[in-house]
Amino acid sequence: MTIDLKQFYQVFFEESYEGLDVMEQGLLEISKSGTDDPELINTIFRSAHSIKGGAGTLGFPEIVSFTHVLETLLDEVRDGARSLTNESIDLLLKSCDALRDMFQSLEQEQPIDDTVSKELLAAFEQMLSQPSATGETAAGEAAGSDAGLSSQDSALEQTFFPTGDAADGSAGSDAGGDKIWLIGFKPEPQILLTGNEPLRIFRELEELGSLDVEANVEVVPAFDQISVDECFVSWTLRLDGSVDRDDIESAFDWVMDECELNIERVDAHATSDDASANESAEIEVTAASDGTDEPTPAVAEPQAAPEPATVSVAEAPAAPAAKPSGTLAAKAPAAKSESGGMSSSAGGSIRVGIDKVDNLINLVGELVITQSMLSELGNNFDMDKLERLANGLEQLQQNTRELQESVMRIRMLPISFTFNRFPRMIRDLSMKTGKKVDLVLSGEQTELDKTVMEQIGDPLVHLVRNAIDHGLEMPEERAAAGKDETGKIQLNAEHRGGNIVIEITDDGRGIDPDKILAKAREKGLVAPEQELTVPEIYDLIFEPGFSTAASVSDISGRGVGMDVVRRNIKSLGGRIEIESELGKGSTIRVHLPLTLAILDGQLVRVGKEVFIIPLVAIVESLQIKAELVNRVSGNMVLYRLREDNVPIVPIYKEFNIEADNQELENALLVVVEGDGNKIGLLVDDLLAQQQVVIKSLESNYRRVEGISGATILGDGSVSLILDIQGLITRASRNRRKSHSSRAA
Amino acid sequence: MARILIVDDSASMRNMVAATLQSAGHQIKDAADGQQAFGVAKGESFDAVITDLNMPVMNGIELVRNLRTLPNYKYTPILLLTTESSMDKKSEGKSAGATGWLVKPFNPEKLLATVNKVLG
Repeated sequence: MTIDLKQFYQVFFEESYEGLDVMEQGLLEISKSGTDDPELINTIFRSAHSIKGGAGTLGFPEIVSFTHVLETLLDEVRDGARSLTNESIDLLLKSCDALRDMFQSLEQEQPIDDTVSKELLAAFEQMLSQPSATGETAAGEAAGSDAGLSSQDSALEQTFFPTGDAADGSAGSDAGGDKIWLIGFKPEPQILLTGNEPLRIFRELEELGSLDVEANVEVVPAFDQISVDECFVSWTLRLDGSVDRDDIESAFDWVMDECELNIERVDAHATSDDASANESAEIEVTAASDGTDEPTPAVAEPQAAPEPATVSVAEAPAAPAAKPSGTLAAKAPAAKSESGGMSSSAGGSIRVGIDKVDNLINLVGELVITQSMLSELGNNFDMDKLERLANGLEQLQQNTRELQESVMRIRMLPISFTFNRFPRMIRDLSMKTGKKVDLVLSGEQTELDKTVMEQIGDPLVHLVRNAIDHGLEMPEERAAAGKDETGKIQLNAEHRGGNIVIEITDDGRGIDPDKILAKAREKGLVAPEQELTVPEIYDLIFEPGFSTAASVSDISGRGVGMDVVRRNIKSLGGRIEIESELGKGSTIRVHLPLTLAILDGQLVRVGKEVFIIPLVAIVESLQIKAELVNRVSGNMVLYRLREDNVPIVPIYKEFNIEADNQELENALLVVVEGDGNKIGLLVDDLLAQQQVVIKSLESNYRRVEGISGATILGDGSVSLILDIQGLITRASRNRRKSHSSRAA
Repeated sequence: MARILIVDDSASMRNMVAATLQSAGHQIKDAADGQQAFGVAKGESFDAVITDLNMPVMNGIELVRNLRTLPNYKYTPILLLTTESSMDKKSEGKSAGATGWLVKPFNPEKLLATVNKVLG
């Protein structure tokens, strides 16, 4: 039987990255709260443990030996022999980084650079050998027991079963030839209740040599007193063959403490052999636990593995290099972000909850039923079946919609995937800057399309860095201003309409519009006489070439500027805005679409063209009453909608096309809203509402103002999707123009 | 061919054990923690259960204890798949009713041999 272990690599890597994230979060939490919550420690331990277990089976010895040391330290903490100091948390956090790097090397089939891990290992060993003397013994034991590989393992067991003898194998086989063993086996009555079947053990012994079994049934009670769950029989077995004591014992391994077992060698060489064997057993035991006290106990582990495992250990690192094709190789060139954790998912795969997949399977099942119903209907169709056909098609439509929603949901991930990198970042930044920072996350479960999430990570990192670097003050400064010395950064995510809104709030010094304006004038971004509103001034921060150079620092002054942040967010179809109060702090709000792929649209007709208006933007649709129309000036027309005056934007004028109707009276007006501003779009007809798949206009043609994309309708024709925000901006520009022309 | 339930919070470990056993024609179901496994086990029967020890929500030892209360699982072989091979864990598992243990990192051939052994 051969199993290609490589098929498990990808899942293992992803799981390990996740495990490292979990470790990191746990460590940060402990560092923050200052208490060693046992459940948290166990969670961290479990992650390290799983990584080690998987790496061992898949044959990544570097990972095994490294995680082993982490595990040893964590095990001491878990046993209460050591508490996590700031220093050890630091070391563990660095180890998470080092492991991430190691995994990335493995993933890209690059040799592992062990300089960092060696340094860390040395630091760990120094720590482990430090005063916490009780800890050291615990470490030794833990390592020994955890090594868990057959030889050491059985050696350890010998301490509990001094009659046993691990070294008998070597001593016995030297002698060679057949041996005769007499085995007394008296199981405890409840042995059957652990699923251990004496027959199974005998069968195993039978494979070793010729076996005679004699059952002792004296103690079996009378038939009416027999309890079927209990074993009343004991056995005497005689085993003949070139068999060693530990072969026999390993057959009884699982029932050792549930039976009386007496293994005796009865052939000629028996006595001397047994005596020497007992002696060497003790030596073996000490050796096993000694070995684990050595500085790098884990290194011994792969060697101690049973032979076939050793082979795979040696093979595995070489094998991927020999076959550079396949998915692993294809993934290698993918750009890696500096924070590592997210980059694991930047490639091909996605982890999905089972419920989502089950739901999908159910839906496909329904679809298949509908399909077979329809095809049966079509086989010999007549007009009587028309109603059934209509029902079937309706069902098909519903199936398709549900299937689509369900597939979309698979792409949605909670934003915690992105948020989770911040606690670590803030800890590092706060150490580097000397600022005290408290991070508050909320809305981590808000779901967002995977593609959007991947692309928003870096801009958010930049924004948070900025908030700490430029926003928050030094503790003294804060104290002087009567604030809490510890600054607060809040990250919040929530769904608002069809968007997700991410807010980064700090309670720092706030943004001074005058300073910004002065700087912008100095840089020539704003003409000296030009007057700007406060939001417009804040907006300058995102202009290319605007950098608060005075305070460029190691943290936020590097490379990417706010202009890049805004460009990235815009390319995702989102937008960014700033709110700030001097002395109190700032909020940066990022609005993003939930998904980039699909949109709920209202189809409208203007002349011969069909346009799509995003459903989320529509406030209401109405028929224009002439008395509510209000011509302001020139081409500016407002419609009185309750408290609001809504500018009327005729689509035919915007796009210079022919419309059926150019009169306002009784015409159809679709009132849309974006960013708190409303406009009314004049259309000829309202058609159906449907979900449309967005095709980029930019990548297929070029950017067109007022159009956000295109889609293909059911009849094959292309329809343009209106960019509501763009149209509103245009309308307000016109409005301002007409205002100023009126003023002039 | 037997029906085997694999319980481990690590997906890659589940995958590896499953693939090993599937290669020998066994039918596999899996669960990510004790509670999930208990739910699965209640609904159907298995010829053997292989479980990790240290898992969130419900650990392997609790799972064994709970399984043994179900009439269907009175004699079912339940193997602990674990690296924590220290004796106290093993005996804790044993007194909860586990049949025996498998050591990870495992080697596929050995795992298969052991499983086939308990299946009889």
